[in-house]
Amino acid sequence: MTLAHGGGGSAMRDLIEEVFTGAFEPDGMEDQARLEAGALAEPGARLAFTTDSFVVSPVEFPGGDIGTLAVNGTVNDLAVGGARPLWLSAAFIIEEGTDFALLRRIVASMKGEAERAGVRIVTGDTKVVGRGAADRVFVTTSGVGVIPPGRDIAAAHIRPGDVAIVNGVLGDHGACILAARGDLALSSDLQSDCAGLGHLMEAILAAAPNARAARDCTRGGLASALNEMAEAAGVGIEIEETALPLRAEVKGTCELLGLDPLYLANEGRLVVFVPKAEAQATLAAMRAVDTGAGATIIGRATEGPAGQVTMRTLFGGSRIVDMLVGEQLPRIC
Amino acid sequence: MQGRRIRVRGQVQGVGFRPFVWRLARREGLVGEVSNDAEGVLVLAAGEAGALERLRGALSGEAPPLARVDAVEVADWAVPDPAPESFTIAASGAAGAETRVTPDAATCPDCLAEIRDPAARRHRYAFTNCTHCGPRFTILRALPYDRARTTMAPFEMCPACRAEYEDPADRRFHAQPIACPDCGPRLWAETAEGAALDGDAVALAAEALMAGRIVAVKGLGGFHLACDATNPAAVAELRRRKRRPAKPFALMAGEAVLAEHAAPTGAEWARLRAPAAPIVLIAKAGAALPEALAPGQGALGWMLPYTPLHHLLLDALGRPLVMTSGNLSGEPQVIGNDEAREKLAGFADLFVMHDREIARRLDDSVERITPAGPMVLRRARGRVPGTLPLPEGFGEAREVLALGGQMKAAICLTKNGQALLGHHLGELDEALTWEAFGQALEDYRALFDHKPEVVAVDLHPGYRATRAGEAMGLPLERVQHHHAHLAAVMGENLWPRGGGKVAGIVLDGLGLGADGTIWGGEVLLGDYAGFERIGRLAPAPLAGGDAASREPWRNLMVRLDAAGLGALADALMPDQPREALRRAVAAGVNAPLSSSAGRLFDAFAFALGVAPGRMSYEGEAGMLLEAVAAQAGPGPGWPFAVAEGVIDPAPMWQAWAAARGTPVPLAAAMFHEGLAAAFAGVARAAVADGRAQAVALSGGVLQNAVLEAALMRYLEGVPVLRHNKVPANDGGLAYGQALVAAARGLGAA
Ligand SMILES: [Fe+3]
Ligand SMILES: [Mg+2]
Ligand SMILES: [Zn+2]
Ligand SMILES: [Zn+2]
Repeated sequence: MTLAHGGGGSAMRDLIEEVFTGAFEPDGMEDQARLEAGALAEPGARLAFTTDSFVVSPVEFPGGDIGTLAVNGTVNDLAVGGARPLWLSAAFIIEEGTDFALLRRIVASMKGEAERAGVRIVTGDTKVVGRGAADRVFVTTSGVGVIPPGRDIAAAHIRPGDVAIVNGVLGDHGACILAARGDLALSSDLQSDCAGLGHLMEAILAAAPNARAARDCTRGGLASALNEMAEAAGVGIEIEETALPLRAEVKGTCELLGLDPLYLANEGRLVVFVPKAEAQATLAAMRAVDTGAGATIIGRATEGPAGQVTMRTLFGGSRIVDMLVGEQLPRIC
Repeated sequence: MQGRRIRVRGQVQGVGFRPFVWRLARREGLVGEVSNDAEGVLVLAAGEAGALERLRGALSGEAPPLARVDAVEVADWAVPDPAPESFTIAASGAAGAETRVTPDAATCPDCLAEIRDPAARRHRYAFTNCTHCGPRFTILRALPYDRARTTMAPFEMCPACRAEYEDPADRRFHAQPIACPDCGPRLWAETAEGAALDGDAVALAAEALMAGRIVAVKGLGGFHLACDATNPAAVAELRRRKRRPAKPFALMAGEAVLAEHAAPTGAEWARLRAPAAPIVLIAKAGAALPEALAPGQGALGWMLPYTPLHHLLLDALGRPLVMTSGNLSGEPQVIGNDEAREKLAGFADLFVMHDREIARRLDDSVERITPAGPMVLRRARGRVPGTLPLPEGFGEAREVLALGGQMKAAICLTKNGQALLGHHLGELDEALTWEAFGQALEDYRALFDHKPEVVAVDLHPGYRATRAGEAMGLPLERVQHHHAHLAAVMGENLWPRGGGKVAGIVLDGLGLGADGTIWGGEVLLGDYAGFERIGRLAPAPLAGGDAASREPWRNLMVRLDAAGLGALADALMPDQPREALRRAVAAGVNAPLSSSAGRLFDAFAFALGVAPGRMSYEGEAGMLLEAVAAQAGPGPGWPFAVAEGVIDPAPMWQAWAAARGTPVPLAAAMFHEGLAAAFAGVARAAVADGRAQAVALSGGVLQNAVLEAALMRYLEGVPVLRHNKVPANDGGLAYGQALVAAARGLGAA
């Protein structure tokens, strides 16, 4: 990959032909995507639209690469809002010197994840920048989905007593990236949890007609997702330390590195709040989907204090779980 | 006939001061009146000149036990015509009057005599109190302080109590918590299942304790868990149930029993017997008690009984009791009856309950007397809400609200030349402690009638207190952690604002530094408004951030690696995941650099095999290292390299490694000596060349008496400021923050 590939001339056309267009839209892409608006035309349906940029180091890691993240991240942002993901755009900023084979692998990942999620990547862009101006490749995806009529889930709908459910073990992605990045050679088989959650959300919403809200627990982990939800709903949230699903390797990695798994990033995990009466049905429905096999109840919404997330610890104490402010600085004096 | 207008300032309200003046005036045949107002007590007296002079002298000379007279100011008073016929106590009227609440005080000798007197109507009554003793701040619900606004409100005084309450000649005149068996709170015992038991609660509790059971006892500021301190099985069972493997337990005993197991000095007896009745750390002596009470420690924490209930219980037992706070691991002390039933059911076999509510959780204060003087380790029951005078030059300061740190949270308010340093709250991530933080903000603001103009917080953005300050919408002063420690020790020594710079040796756990790294072993040259860093421990990575503060082995590994002794590290801790942690450090994953002195103590304690790889309580490694060092006594120190103020422990490690046969107590003592010599040298040089006027000692590590004694020796001939009343640990942080914020507001000294 040279700067000429970003110059707009024939080298770039070749690149796009070669690596990108063929992979995403075999029928050929125009500069703009032209899409059937039928799904949107249904009375009461709402359009959902989101965008996200992906910068991860290393670009490839056990269980995925930046491409898997870029598709699933945006698909999940749509899905947890109740939207059925339909179309994505993908824009690439590529560092000069980046290996073509790497790009092909990333594109292949994206294609595979898009197919699994049932979305189409319908438009895109590439730019090549000089060495050091990017770290190999950055990807930005935008997504459009449709929220069916009558569906309305939002964090503000959470009420005291509602039950919080996650779809599986926490922190795998964050621990896996840390282990890969620091060359920590922690003897572990950790894999990123990166996955699309659209099908899982459909199953949840079918089983729990009064589901209140869901969030994907990406950067900042479960702790940040819960804090945002507690804040938006004006409720308290209490989770149980003993109920948190954590792999032994993740626990061990966190202990060694002095990190809190509640703050580790996930790329295929969500937390959903449903009325208590619908909790068991939700669990059963989630467990029937591959991305929900590890679904479990972790806590509940409470009367308050509003916006405060607490964790009942192993020994019965109650610790406040804050939003992460910047980096995690040591505080024990 | 002459008249005098006498103003009395200090802690003179709510302590029986007006009836005291009334009795004096009647004794001297004077007429006039005494009243409370916002400034204190005002006496208007008329009579013979000699009698007036005797009154003035007695005001400070004979003041009631709980009073503290700061100033007596006398002016002439134009006696009205006709002159008053007698001397009267005027009802307090002016706004702001009666807002002072004194700290809770231990049962006084008169009340103790009454509960032990079979003929007295308060014989064996567990809630006996008077103007000179009893609950105060722990029963206060709202201001002004009168019975209706305390948790005594539901108890209507019987005629006998009312007569005492209204009689200025009585010891119980206006004693708000006055009570007797006919009208006051009631004591009972109940099972762990919540079934009330018939019979005398004290007798039932004593019986259970003698049988090795664990009893929850509702006290002044919270519940205690008690067991027989002479019974190793009971002590072990309490440790098991509380999941508290090693942290020392506090003990309570009457004076005679205490003297069988310790030999308190005169100063220690005085602290034990003070109305504040704190826990005092006293060296073990005499008959040995189970080692499990305080594993590895040379001292035990003792307190004398401070409520009638405690006296009755200890009278019945004739042996020392463990009295540890009744709480779930990590949570603050339980204060409510239902809360106790729910949370302590798994810990206690029997509950001693009563129906006087605890309005405010207050832990027992903890103090110690070192060769250099007294030291407060935890400032709580008996000390709050007392105030501290601000040094000269702060009279015009803004009203400051300082929010303190994260781990030993306490807030501080300043106003009119006084500082109100609140009680020890605990760790702010704990939900109940955070709630108490909010309550403390409201309480102390009301108590002090405080309208903050500026809020002082730590530099650390992740402290909950810092974020609370940021959310207040008031002008904010961010104060570097160790500068606050320095200001705190200057302030309590009344170092004037214009007194020049001081070289502060601040040896601490961790605090965020002005350069974004983590500090904790510093020599700061500064005054209240600012500082520069003239000395520091050579930094090492905190391997795993906060995990390094829990696991001493991490600090030993990084320090040995830095000293070129990696192979020794491997040999000393074969079972720890060293290689993985080294890679994390090399990759910069959660391994910020730190000059923390506390972590160096942890490392050395682990190197000597004195501390566990993972501590079960904060400060464990440092306390254990101090305890073994105390067995050796002063002597030479290991060498620390000092270059341009950077104190490098690498030579110390190398010297120690080359002399591994050194007995543990001697090696530990040499560590204290070497470190003290290095830091004292840097500070001393600043005094010698005129940059500093004195040396100040602060930070949590300065609770270590062996280190303090060594520093004092190396600083001989130099003026030294040390902590007496304000904790050297983060419990004193807010006080220092307040002074810094106030000084900045005042501009150049
Ligand atoms: Fe500190
Ligand atoms: Mg997004
Ligand atoms: Zn008394
Ligand atoms: Zn009575």
